[in-house]
Parts: sequence; C-alpha cells; structure tokens
Amino acid sequence: MSPELSQKLAAAVDGMPAFPKSVQKILELTRDVNCAPKDLVQVIDKDPVVTVKVLRVVNSAYYSLPKQITSINHAVVYLGFNTIKNLALSIAAIGMLPADNAAGFDGQQYLLHSLATAGIAKQLALRVDDADPMDCFIAGLLHDFGKVVFAQFMPQEFRKALETSQSDASSLHLALRALIGVDHAVVGAMLVEKWRFPADLIETIRHQHGPDLKDTPAIACVFAANQISKKLEFGFGGNPCVEELPPTIAKRLGGTLDEVIVSMGDLTSVFEEARIFSKI
Amino acid sequence: MKVRFWGVRGSIASPGPNTVRYGGNTTCIEIRTDNNELIIIDAGTGIFPLSQTLLAELPVTANVLISHSHWDHIQGLPFFIPNFIPGNLLRLHGAFDPVSGKGVEQVMSVQLQYSYFPVREAEMKARIEYVTLAPEQSIQIGSATVTPYLMNHPVIDFGYRIEANGKSVFFTGDHEPPQNIYEPGEDGYAEYQTFVDEKADSIRRAMHGVDVLIADCSYTEQEYPAKKGWGHGTFNSSIQYAKDAGAKVLFCTHHEPTRSDDALDAVFRQVLLDNPPQAEGPDYRLAREGESYEF
Repeated sequence: MSPELSQKLAAAVDGMPAFPKSVQKILELTRDVNCAPKDLVQVIDKDPVVTVKVLRVVNSAYYSLPKQITSINHAVVYLGFNTIKNLALSIAAIGMLPADNAAGFDGQQYLLHSLATAGIAKQLALRVDDADPMDCFIAGLLHDFGKVVFAQFMPQEFRKALETSQSDASSLHLALRALIGVDHAVVGAMLVEKWRFPADLIETIRHQHGPDLKDTPAIACVFAANQISKKLEFGFGGNPCVEELPPTIAKRLGGTLDEVIVSMGDLTSVFEEARIFSKI
Repeated sequence: MKVRFWGVRGSIASPGPNTVRYGGNTTCIEIRTDNNELIIIDAGTGIFPLSQTLLAELPVTANVLISHSHWDHIQGLPFFIPNFIPGNLLRLHGAFDPVSGKGVEQVMSVQLQYSYFPVREAEMKARIEYVTLAPEQSIQIGSATVTPYLMNHPVIDFGYRIEANGKSVFFTGDHEPPQNIYEPGEDGYAEYQTFVDEKADSIRRAMHGVDVLIADCSYTEQEYPAKKGWGHGTFNSSIQYAKDAGAKVLFCTHHEPTRSDDALDAVFRQVLLDNPPQAEGPDYRLAREGESYEF
C-alpha cells in the first residue's frame, strides 16, 4: 500500500463515527447469562437513541400495550427483562449500520444482506468446532462495513467499482483493488480496529477473502454465510459474484456451497428475522 | 362452569410411580361454560388425553388459549387428535412475540417443521385458525368473555380471565410477581418500585372477584431465593393473590417435576399450617390431573 493511499484510508476511517460505547456494553452484558437487569437498564438508559428505539417498539401498535411505556425501567416491568434484553441487542446491532450513503449504494439492500449473512453465520457456527455463534453473528453483520467507509469517503471510486462488477458479474473485491488499491475487507478491518473490537473479529473481517483468506472457524462461517445470502439473493451488498467454498472452508463445513445450502434446510425464518430487524 | 385439570406439572412431563396421584402431564386445563362451550388453556402434554375424550363429541370447535410459548405449554399441540379429522375447528389464541416479531401461529409452525413432526399443517384435516390477542382487550368466545393480561415471565406471558354466566376463573400462566431490580437506597429503586406497584395493582384488578384462581405455585418460600428471576411464583405469593382477589378457591399448579406426590403433600401440609384457611375462604387446593371442579 502506498503512503498516500494509507493516509487517505486512515483519514476516511477517522471520519467514521465512533462506535457507541453503549452498544459495545450491551453486547458484552448480553453475552453474560448472569447479567443483572439493572446493569442493562443503566446502559440502555444512558443511550438516548437505543432508549427511544426500544420505547418506540414497545409502544408500537404492533404490540398494543394497554398503557404508554415511558422508560426502560417501565418496559422491563411490563415485558420482562429477557424480552427487553433481546430487543435492545437487536436494536444495538442494527444501530451500527449506516443510515445513508452517497455512491448509489442501496443501504436497505445492504442491511438485508448483512443481517442475512449474520443470521446464517450464527447458524453455521453451531456446527463448526470452536466457532462462537454470537461472534459469528457480529462478524457477519460487519463483514462488509468497509463498503460504508468507501460509500461515504470515496463515493466516485466506489460507484465505479460497483458498476464494473455489476457489468460482468465479477468480484467487487477485484474491482476495488484495481480502482482504489485495497478492498473493503482491509478498510472494514481498520474501522473495527479503531473501534477496539477483539482481535479475532478484526482478523475475520480482514482475512475474509482472496489471497489474504485465512483458515479459521469464524472465517469459514462468515465466508459461507456471505456466499449463501448472495446465492439465495437475500438483500444485496453490491457484489454479484458468488464464489465456491475453498477446500479448507468446505472441509470445516462438511460440503460444497450447494451441499451446505441443502443441509441448512428452510432458511425462510432467518430471512424473515433479517427483514423484521431491518425495519426497526 | 366446569374446570378440569389435564396437566398440572411444570417444565417437563414427569410420569412414573412417584407422580401417579397428582399426575405427570404438563399444563392443560379444560373449561366448559354452562352452554358447554369448550375452552382449553395451554396445550402441554395433558392436551393429548383431553383430545381423546373429544372424539365422542365430533365435530368440535376447540378454543385454545396459549399463556406463553415455552415447551411445557405448547408441546401437546401436534397431538391434538381433532386436528386430523375433517370438520373440526381449532382456534388458537395467544400473544404477539415482540422479539421474534411473530404472532401465535409460531407456536404451531415451530413444532410442525418436517424434521420434528411428520405431518405438515397443510396436511391436517381440521381447520386451524390463529387469533393473536392484545393485552387487556377482551374477546368473546360463545357465552364467555376472555381477557388476556400481561404477567411476568422470561417470555411474554398472558394470564386469562374467563367470565360466563356470572361465573369466572383466572389462570396466571407461569408468573412470578415482579420484583424490584434495585436494592433499597440505590438510585432507581423508588422509581422502579412505583412501576412494580402499578403492575401489581393491575394484576390484582385483573383477578378481582374471581370464583376460581389457578396459579403458578412452583416453589416454597425456602426454595424461592435460589430461583428468583426464573419467572415462577410461590405458594405464598399465590395465596396472597387469592386472598386479595376474594377468590372462593385457589388451585395451586405448575408442580415441580422433581417433586414426588409424597413430597408435594408434605410441602402443601406446611403451606396450610403457615396459611391456615379461614371459614370465609379462600379454599386452598393442589391441582390434580383428572380432577374437575364445578361451580
């Protein structure tokens, strides 16, 4: 990487919003089965955005509670701690995804692709040794986050790369490497590193593709989940190119891409969940 | 009105020589109005023996009310025999689940996945309808008015009040009286307590004046501290509800799966010593599989 490119990318990553501490804390707390209700309430309460969204969901006509819920504490009494915990986790995870973009990049489709990849990666993790379902969910959710950096800070180049890969169904990774010099995996990893995510999550995003591909349980799950959601066309992250599983990944998952898809059975509920989350 | 218990066990079906007297099936309660309309609360394994008795009165319209989606309250649904016979109608009522974003239909669909059950819903011969209920919005089932109330359990749980012809029954589903999550003196304690009190009041209002209260009495006072937050009540908490409601009779249910008949009798003897029944009521009883109560 040239010094100019490296500087440009660092500036772009710096321009991204800070990762909300509250979200990180919620993820941390919900990983702990013994997490105390009041600790979670305190974390949510301190984040006005998550608070407003939780209250919006619980007060929606969808749920039609007999009375207006006015605080997180109030919501816990009415709907129970676990329900609020799960809602907050969903909202927090989605809150990490971008609201808008500037390169003709379809945010809603991207969100669906990310959520579907997250959901499938979580399921795959259940059958791969040493893969943690929650970590795979988060890695799946964020695996394409580098595209958001490109969409915001290098919209011209990114638009051109999207068009190139769209025109001949070639890999977006290759188009980006040709046009910018690096692909979204590199930038996405820089971003989550800035956010001080754990090293294995950074590694999963950085080494998810191409010559840099690493053989780890989490990468196997996220790589396969990414290809499955592309192949089944649930959402669209801008990359039309579906790739076969490399031998190392096929070995960890016990089959080729098509065989893994068949073995997962009906994925409607995963997609349905992604659709619901994408609307929160 | 007649109430009959078909399953009184909590958590998991527990057949065997130690549970013969009170029964091993999980939650299922049959309610008949004076017009003989059929309402079934919860579809634990007890719904299977109940459904066999329905073959004598085909075609049936079964109104099933689901308190919540945990296995011990839904597990018998695929084995509800009238589903397989044309002309019957199963109308399944229950809550919307804000976490999955699904209505009551999910308690059926999740169980009828082909890997877990050989008959798909499309192949069932009876008509199956789903009615997703909203808290405190009453519906009419024949002569009965049914009102769901939000209770407190790890998932959304409805308690149901059923009123018909001047008689009434309330079932709590699985329910732990809400507790303050803060310690006295901590910030937030007082505010949270106002919500807890408000919630407790709304539950008492929901039960007020019922003839029969059927309540989750999973634990003794001694057992409760280790099970706090699990979403179940105690004998004492349910007795307090029955007194506050002015109920004629309290049926204690959701018996612990590890509690033998003898142990259950012993626990209940102590409960009655601690809470001596008064002449004006309520009468305290252990729910027993197969037992009916007409009033």
